[in-house]
Amino acid sequence: MATQQTQLLARTLLTPAVALLFIWMIVPLALTIYFATLHYNLLDPGSESFVGLENFRYFLTDPAFLASLQNTLVLVGSVLAITIILGVPLALLLDQQVVGLSIVRLMVIAPFFVMPTVSALVWKNLLMHPVSGLFAWIAHLFGLPAIDWFNDAPLFSVILIISWQWLPFATLILLTALQSLDEEQKEAAEMDGASAISTFIYITLPHLARPITVVILIETIFLLTVFAEIFVTTGGGPGLQTTNIAFLIYSQALIQYDVGSASAGGLVAVVLANIVAFFLVRIVGRNLEA
Amino acid sequence: MGQITLQGVQKSFGPVHIIKGADLEIADGSFVVFVGPSGCGKTTLLRLIAGLEDVTGGAILIDGRNVVDVPPAKRGLSMVFQSYALYPHMSVRGNIAFGLKMAGIAKDEINRKVEAAAATLNLTPYLERKPRELSGGQRQRVAIGRAIVREPKAFLFDEPLSNLDAALRVQMRLEVTRLQKQLGTTAIYVTHDQVEAMTMADKIVVLNGGKIEQYGSPLELYEKPANLFVAGFIGSPKMNFVTGDLAKQQGATTIGVRPEHLKVERDGQGGWHGTVSVAEHLGSDTFLYVDAGPQGMLTARYIGELDLHPGDKVSLIPDPARIHRFDDSGKSIRA
Repeated sequence: MATQQTQLLARTLLTPAVALLFIWMIVPLALTIYFATLHYNLLDPGSESFVGLENFRYFLTDPAFLASLQNTLVLVGSVLAITIILGVPLALLLDQQVVGLSIVRLMVIAPFFVMPTVSALVWKNLLMHPVSGLFAWIAHLFGLPAIDWFNDAPLFSVILIISWQWLPFATLILLTALQSLDEEQKEAAEMDGASAISTFIYITLPHLARPITVVILIETIFLLTVFAEIFVTTGGGPGLQTTNIAFLIYSQALIQYDVGSASAGGLVAVVLANIVAFFLVRIVGRNLEA
Repeated sequence: MGQITLQGVQKSFGPVHIIKGADLEIADGSFVVFVGPSGCGKTTLLRLIAGLEDVTGGAILIDGRNVVDVPPAKRGLSMVFQSYALYPHMSVRGNIAFGLKMAGIAKDEINRKVEAAAATLNLTPYLERKPRELSGGQRQRVAIGRAIVREPKAFLFDEPLSNLDAALRVQMRLEVTRLQKQLGTTAIYVTHDQVEAMTMADKIVVLNGGKIEQYGSPLELYEKPANLFVAGFIGSPKMNFVTGDLAKQQGATTIGVRPEHLKVERDGQGGWHGTVSVAEHLGSDTFLYVDAGPQGMLTARYIGELDLHPGDKVSLIPDPARIHRFDDSGKSIRA
């Protein structure tokens, strides 16, 4: 890219792709902003009119909004905690030399390849079902009453399902990081008289700080928008107990047919996601600096 | 105290025998260098002494006590690794203090020792820095600091200078030697570089194929190599070997003459005649690679400048007192 000519050529060749990406992003955003300022309900066609920020006021003062915001944060936080707290020991186990390790690894990673809707259905109907589920059968073996998971602990059940899906991802990232830990460092710690636990605390865990950051950042991006698992299992209920922001917007648009309010909600979600991202990068992002 | 004795130490990885029985006596306070070509088992032998590998057979005695079942930290040795193996997220202070902290020593005691070690190694200004903010030589010194602060019975060095550039290597070589003499602690040093071995060692162990070929002082190895391997390995450029009738006249299968013990004469009488094929003029020395017909290619070293060029005819006269004779099995024949 040294000469003027190659710079010009590079720009010319890049332009179509950049332009296409820009249009791809800007058209939906512009339309969303436009719809957010309209009274626009699909049950009342032909009545579209400009209402200014009315939709935003309506969405933000809706008691469902605060409930779903709280649910979103609890869900993201819990799944992050579970996947990392279980992911680290799992990765440590998978880093050992054991017979049949390749099969074990494959099985550990498998849940990540199952579609969210499929895994949610499996959990709902085969595992957690209070009559025909595996958990109910196990409880029955011990003479305990079956738990009606989605009624008694709906948010916890959803967290469980999503954690099951994301645990392999965290394990995989942490495992690759463990494999890059310099063997001589562990030996140096051994020579220095560090026990296995001390080596873990002082050598391994600091080495994992960066991959844990990566896991937190990537999982947060995807967990803020969890939808399929909630849609398939609880439908946001009972009440609002498992409604997160993404599901709330869906229900505004396609249950209440209020396109204007849903668009406003979508824009609020964009702002919220950016706030979360800002704090996340401030808190954990410095681990990424070399 | 740091007297280390190896008795018939063996190590196999599955069917592969890496160390085929090593016997060695390392005196307290001496600087011993393990030298040999890659794959000769020198690093494995060091790791066996450190306790990072388990022996397959034999005994390792430190101050008379067999330590083969003692974990590394309890052997009272400390090691400097080839990659330095510094803990990247700890400061220099944290790195040096780690071993003491693990031993449960009081905080101010640790600080005192760390600062003393840092002062010895000129690391005091860098104590709060992270390893990645240090140069190669400084990292090397931190690794050494981590070793000396524990006041071990012996230091184990695993090719510690191989990651440094040539000038720094010479400087660190001096520093390590001086430090070892100053502390009087036994040191075992692994290298593949025979110059490092010759310059640093009190005694050298030449290893080849998992066996100790010779154990002796640098000059002993140079003047009285026990066999063909040691003769060829120690000394630079390599010793010239001649077989056939010339060797038979001397009552040997092979005779060896070092390049510096060949007198070079232009069109001289006697000695071995040949044609210069390459001449390297270093100013201080002249290296001649001479095609000597039946004797093969010979290397000669002339101290100072000698105005010879490829194609010139020369004769090489070996110093009769400095001819090494070897028998059928490659062993040295002593008169």
